[in-house]
Amino acid sequence: MRTVNLESQKNGTMSKAKEKSAKKRVVEEDDDQLPIFDKDVTEKKAGEEDDADLSDSEESVFSGLEDSESDSHDEEEDAEEGDDEEDDDDAVILDEILTKSSGVETATEPPATDKNTPTQPDVKTAPKRKMKKGEGVAMDDGGEKGLITTRHGDEYEHDTSDEEDIRNTVGNIPMEWYQDYPHIGYNLDGKKIFKPIRNKDELDEFLDKMENPDYWRTVHDKTTASDIRLSDEQVDLVHRLQKGQFGDVNFNEYEPSVDFFTNEVMIHPVTNRPQDKRSFIPSLIEKEKVSKLVHAIKMGWIKPRKPKETTPQYYDLWAKEDPNAILGRHKMHVPAPKMRLPGHEESYNPPPEYLLTEEERMAWEQQDAEDRKLPFLPQKHSCLRAVPAFSRFIHERFERCLDLYLCPRQRKMRVNVNPEDLIPKLPKPKDLQPFPTTMSLVYIGHSSLVRSISASPTGQWLVSGSDDCTVRFWEVNTGRCMKTLEVGGAVKSVAWNPNPAVCLVAVCFESTVLLLNPGLGDRLVVSSTDQLITSYEPPEEDKEQAVTWALSEGPEHDNGHRLTLTHPKAVKQVVWHGKGDYLASVMPDNSSNLQVLIHQVSKRRTQNPFRKNKGLVQCVSFHPLRPYFFVATQRYVRVYNLIKQELTKKLMTNCKWISSMAIHPGGDNLICGSYDCRLAWFDLDLSTKPYKMLRHHKKALRGVAYHKHYPLFASGADDGSVIICHGMVYNDLLQNPLIVPVKVLKGHQITHDLGVLDVTFHPTQPWVFSSGADATIRLFT
Amino acid sequence: MGGLQKKKYERGSATNYITRNKARKKLQLSLADFRRLCILKGIYPHEPKHKKKVNKGSTAPRTFYLLKDIRFLLHEPIVRKFREYKVFVRKLRKAYGKAEWTAVERLRDNKPGYKLDHIIKERYPTFIDALRDIDDALSMCFLFSTFARTGKCHVQTITLCRRLTVEWMNYVVTSRSLRKVFISIKGIYYQAEVLGQLITWLVPYQFAHDHPTDVDYRVMATFTEMYTTLFGFINFRLYQTLNLVYPPKLDSKAESELKAEHEEDYAMDSESYLEKLSALSASLARVVATAEEEEENQLDQFPADGEDLENMEAREKEQKEQEAQNRLFEGLKFFLNREVPRESLAFILRCFGAEVSWDKSLCIGGTYNVTDETITHQIVDRPDIDKQYINRYYIQPQWVFDSVNAKMRLPVEDYFLGVTLPPHLSPFVEEKDGDYVPPEKLKLMALQRGEKHVQEEEEDDDDDDDDEEYNDEVDDEDLTEEKNLKKMEDQRSQGKQTLAVKVTPGKVKPWETGSVGNKVRLEKEEKAEEKRLAIMMMKKKEKYLYDKIMFGKKRTTREANKLAAKRKAHEDTSKAEKKQKKAKKQ
Repeated sequence: MRTVNLESQKNGTMSKAKEKSAKKRVVEEDDDQLPIFDKDVTEKKAGEEDDADLSDSEESVFSGLEDSESDSHDEEEDAEEGDDEEDDDDAVILDEILTKSSGVETATEPPATDKNTPTQPDVKTAPKRKMKKGEGVAMDDGGEKGLITTRHGDEYEHDTSDEEDIRNTVGNIPMEWYQDYPHIGYNLDGKKIFKPIRNKDELDEFLDKMENPDYWRTVHDKTTASDIRLSDEQVDLVHRLQKGQFGDVNFNEYEPSVDFFTNEVMIHPVTNRPQDKRSFIPSLIEKEKVSKLVHAIKMGWIKPRKPKETTPQYYDLWAKEDPNAILGRHKMHVPAPKMRLPGHEESYNPPPEYLLTEEERMAWEQQDAEDRKLPFLPQKHSCLRAVPAFSRFIHERFERCLDLYLCPRQRKMRVNVNPEDLIPKLPKPKDLQPFPTTMSLVYIGHSSLVRSISASPTGQWLVSGSDDCTVRFWEVNTGRCMKTLEVGGAVKSVAWNPNPAVCLVAVCFESTVLLLNPGLGDRLVVSSTDQLITSYEPPEEDKEQAVTWALSEGPEHDNGHRLTLTHPKAVKQVVWHGKGDYLASVMPDNSSNLQVLIHQVSKRRTQNPFRKNKGLVQCVSFHPLRPYFFVATQRYVRVYNLIKQELTKKLMTNCKWISSMAIHPGGDNLICGSYDCRLAWFDLDLSTKPYKMLRHHKKALRGVAYHKHYPLFASGADDGSVIICHGMVYNDLLQNPLIVPVKVLKGHQITHDLGVLDVTFHPTQPWVFSSGADATIRLFT
Repeated sequence: MGGLQKKKYERGSATNYITRNKARKKLQLSLADFRRLCILKGIYPHEPKHKKKVNKGSTAPRTFYLLKDIRFLLHEPIVRKFREYKVFVRKLRKAYGKAEWTAVERLRDNKPGYKLDHIIKERYPTFIDALRDIDDALSMCFLFSTFARTGKCHVQTITLCRRLTVEWMNYVVTSRSLRKVFISIKGIYYQAEVLGQLITWLVPYQFAHDHPTDVDYRVMATFTEMYTTLFGFINFRLYQTLNLVYPPKLDSKAESELKAEHEEDYAMDSESYLEKLSALSASLARVVATAEEEEENQLDQFPADGEDLENMEAREKEQKEQEAQNRLFEGLKFFLNREVPRESLAFILRCFGAEVSWDKSLCIGGTYNVTDETITHQIVDRPDIDKQYINRYYIQPQWVFDSVNAKMRLPVEDYFLGVTLPPHLSPFVEEKDGDYVPPEKLKLMALQRGEKHVQEEEEDDDDDDDDEEYNDEVDDEDLTEEKNLKKMEDQRSQGKQTLAVKVTPGKVKPWETGSVGNKVRLEKEEKAEEKRLAIMMMKKKEKYLYDKIMFGKKRTTREANKLAAKRKAHEDTSKAEKKQKKAKKQ
C-alpha cells in the first residue's frame, strides 16, 4: 500500500508541474477531468460538514477502542471519512469495490480510474494531504487492532487494569499514612481492616528465613499487611519478566509475518465500492477558474514570464547633471591618482642608452622587487613581430586595483619653491667692510699646537702659549719672534694685561699662573710695571690664602718672570679684568667648590668667590664695564654680580658642551662656542635663551672672540676655518643685533683632528689672529 | 576641580576613525562583501595623522577608515542586496543538497541582482568627473576583453567588455580624438583627448594569458563590474554628443557594402555584427543624417588685447596643428599584411583619416584587396616580401606610430623592409631643462621645426659635438661654484707662499690673461661666496628643504650624465665596428 501511496504522491507533484507548464493541455482534457472536479466539490462540502467531528472520530480510531456508542456514528460517517482519507487503503478498497459494482463505463478502464482517484484531489489539496498523510498511516494500525478486539467480544476478560487488589479500598496511597493507626484501611463494606496484632521483628524474620522453605517466594503485601506466597506460575512469570521475555507463555513472538497488503499493484480494485458521481462530472469551480485564466490570457492580461534581461541597459545618466552637487561622501575625498605614463625605457625599441648593462642587470636581479627603480627590464626587439606578451600584465592591473581600494590616500603638499628664494636676503659682505679677508702673515716657530694667543693692548705684540712648553712673543707687523720663554709645562692659556699702562702677561701651565713682564715696548711702561710689583708691602696680618704668591728673583727675573701663583690644582684659563688689576683663573674640577679664583695683583690677594659647586667650569670672563662675572659651566652661563655677590642671570645655551665664551665690548651681548658645532649669540637684554644659533662650522668650536671696536666676531673650529661674522649691536634697544657671516678664512692644516684652537682680534685693526694645531699662528687682514 | 574626569579616546581624532573590522561589524557584512562594497562605492582607508592616538594607544598596524565614510555606506541600498544574495546562496545550497531541482531552478530564476547606476551617479556627479576617471576602466575592460572564455570570469563579462571597448574605439575613430600612441613592452598605450580630458589606456598584446595564481580575480571582477557600468554610460553619452546611434550601428551604405561580399556563410548576423563593428572599417550611423563634412569649428574671433590676444593666437595655432594632425593620413590607402596587429593599426589609421584594408582571411570587413593599384602604403612586418608592387611603399608598423607621435608623416626610408628601425621613443616624456634628451628626440624636434635633413655623416658628427658640449656643461653644473671656489680659495690662501717659491708652467686660461676676464671671474666668485655665506644663515628647517632640493637636482643631473655617457660609449663602439667593417672590406 505504501508504494501505491508514494506513487500517487509523485504523480501528484508531477501532474502539478505539468499543469503549471502547460495550461493548454488542461483545457483540452477538460472533459476527462470534469467528473473528478465535481467529486472534489462534494468532497469539500463533506469536509466542511464534519470538520468538527473529524478529530473525535480520529481519536477514537487511534485509541483502538471502538465502543458501541461510537459504532453507529462511525457507520454514519463511514462514507465521508472514506472520502476524506482517500489514500487510506480501506477507502480505496471500498472505492474499488464500488466502481466494480457500478456501471460498465468505469469498469472498462479500471486502472485509469484507479490512478486518477488518488491523484486528482492531490492537485487541489496538496498541502492538506501532506499533513494528513502521517496520520493516515497510523490509523491503519489502529483500525486493524480495533478489528481484532471486536472479534473477541468481551474486552474486560483480560483487562489488567481491574486486577487490583480491592480488599483494601484506600487506593494507591503511601501506606505510611496509616502507620499510627491500628488499622490499615477499609474493606468493601467500609469496615476497618486491622493490622495483625503482632508485627514480625528481626528475630522472627530471621527464623522465618532459616526455617521456611518458601521464604524466597513470600512477598509482603503492604495494603493488607499480609504475606503472600507466590504460586509456581507467578514465580515463573517473574523469571520470564526478569529475562526480558513476554509474560505470556503461550505468546509466540516469532510468528510468521503475513503481508496484509501486497506490494504488488493489483489489477482489480480492492474494494467493490462504486465510483462517486462527482468523479464523472466536471468540476464547475475549476471550470470557472480555468475559463477565467483562459480569458485573461486571451485578453492579454496574463503574459508568459519574460526572460530576464542579461545585458545592462544604458541611458543618459547625466541628463540632469548638477555641477554643484556635492559628492555624496565627505569633502575630504581624494580622487585616485592616474597611472604613471611610460618613459623611453619602456619602449619595445628604446634608444641604446636606456638598456641595462650587464652589471646593472645583475644588480637589478639581485634587488628586491620593492627597491627596484624600474619594475621591469628594458628590452629591445628588432621588430614588432618579435615582441612577446608581458608576463606581469595581469599582476600589474591587479596591483593597481589593490592600490585603488586598499591604499590610504593623502594629499601631499609638494613644496614648489625656488631654492634661491629660501636663501635669506642679507646685506652684501662688501658693504660691511672692513673685515679680515686674506691671510697675510704666518708666525712660525712653535713646535707643537698653539693653545692660546693674546695681543698686547697696543696691538704691537702678540703672545702665544704652546704645548711645547714655551711662550713666544711676536711682533705683529713683521712676524718676528721677539722672545721665547721656556716654562715648566704645556701652556694652557696666556693673557696680556689689557691695561696699556702695565706690561704684564699672565701665563698658566699645570698648576701655576705666571705673571711675566716681557720687556717689550715702551721702556717707561716696563719699568713702571716692575715698580708696581716691587712696591708691594705685605699687610700686617697674613691671611691664609688658597694660592701662594712668590716673587721671582735671579735668572728667572731676568727672563721676565715676576710673580708666580701656585695653585692647588691644574689651571686651565687665566683672564684679566678690563682694568688690569684683577685676574681670574679657572681650575676645572667637578667635585669641589674651588674652581675659580680671583686674584688682585696689586695687593697679592686671592679669593674664592663661590661657596658652592655648580658644575664643571669651562671658562670665565669679566664684564668689560660693570662688576659682573660670567662663568660658563658645561651647559649654562651664569652671570654674577660681584658687588652684591649674587646670581643675576642664568643663560641656557642649548649646547651640549660649551668650549669658549666672549663678551661684547658693550657688555650686553655674549657669544658662546660649543663642542657640538654651535655658536650661540645671547642678547642679555632680550632673553636667557640664545638670540641666534649659528651652525656654520662643521666641527667643534674651540675659540670665539669679539673685536673691541669693529662690529665683528670670529669663531675658530676644528674644521680648520675661522669664520668672521659681522655682528652689529645697535644702541637702540628696540633693534636687534644684525648678524651676517662675512668671511670664511681657511689656512690652518688639520692635525690630529684639531684645527683652529684660539682666535683673537687685533685691538685696533680689523685683523684676526688664529692659532692652530699645526703649530702656526696666522694673521688675517 | 569640578566636572567629570575626561576619558581618553572619547573625543578628537580617535572618534573620527574606525578600524576595518569594526566597520565590517557595523555594516554586518562579511569581509568579502565589505571589500566589494568599498570597491563599488570608492571608499578607501585613511591614514590618521596620529596613528597611536587613533589606535587607542596601541601601535599595532591597523587599517583605518573614516567614520564618516562608513556611515555613508550604512545608507547604501546595495548592502541589503548583498544580504539577499547571501540568503539566496544559502537557499540554493540547501536545495542542491536536497536535490530539489525544481527549487534550484526556481531560485535561479529569482536570483537577486543589483544595479550600480545610482552609485555611478553618486560617485561622478558630472559627466566630466566620470571621464576623468575612465583610464583604469578602459585598461581593465581591454584586458578582460582579451581573456579566453574559460573559467576566470563570466563569459557575459568578457563579451560585454569586448562590446564596450569596440564602442569606445569606434567613438574615438569617429571623433578623431586620438593623440599619442606608444608601443611598449607591456602593450600599446593610446592617449586620446575627449572633451578636453586626456585619457590614456593600455591594451595588452593579443596573446593567451598565463593566468597567475596569486591574483584574486574576484577583486578584479568587482572592479570590472563597476567599470563596465560606468563605461557603458559614458559611451552612451559620448555617442549622444556625436549624434550617433547607440548601440552603434554601421552606416547603411557601409553595411550594404560589407554585405555585398559573401559573408552569409561566415556566421550568424547577430554574431558577425560586433565583429564588423570591431573591424573599424566603416563609419557609424547617425541619428540625424548630417552633411558628410563636419562644419569647420572656427574659433570665434573676440576682440582682445594684450595677453588675451597672445593667448588667443596660441590657441588658434594649437587648434590648427590639431586639425593638421587629424588629417595626417587622409587620402592614403593602407593595406595591412596578416602578420601585423590588425586591430591596433586599423584603429590608429582610421583615427587619422586613412583607408585601411586587410586580407579577407584575416578578419571580416576588409574593403579592398592587395591587388588594388591605388594602395599607397603596405604595412609589413617581415624581413622580405616576394611580390612587390612598384607604386606603393612597403613599411614597418613603427612608421605609423612614430608618425602619429611626431604629428607629421616621417620619411619612409628609415622604416623600409629589413631596415634597422630607429628607436621608438615615448611621446609621454616631456623633458625639462636639465633632463637627458636622447639625440633621436633632438633630431625629431629639428625635423618638426622644419629644418632640412642634413647628410647622415655630418649629422652624426654634430651630434657627437653636441654631446660633448652637453657633457661639459653638465659637468660644470655638477661641480658648481663650490668646487671652483674651493680651488680659488686654496690658490689664494697659499698663493703668497707657494707662488713665490715655485712657478710651474700652468695652462693659460682665457680669463686669466685679460683683465676683463679677471673681473668677471672675481664677480662670479664674490657672488658664490655671498650665497654660501647666506646659506649659513638659513634656518634649520629651510636649510633642510634647500639641501633636499639641491640633492634632487644633483641626482637628476647625475642620471642624465650617466645616460649621456652610456650613449657615447655605445656610439663609440658602433663606430669602431663600422670602421673595422670598412677596413675589412677594403
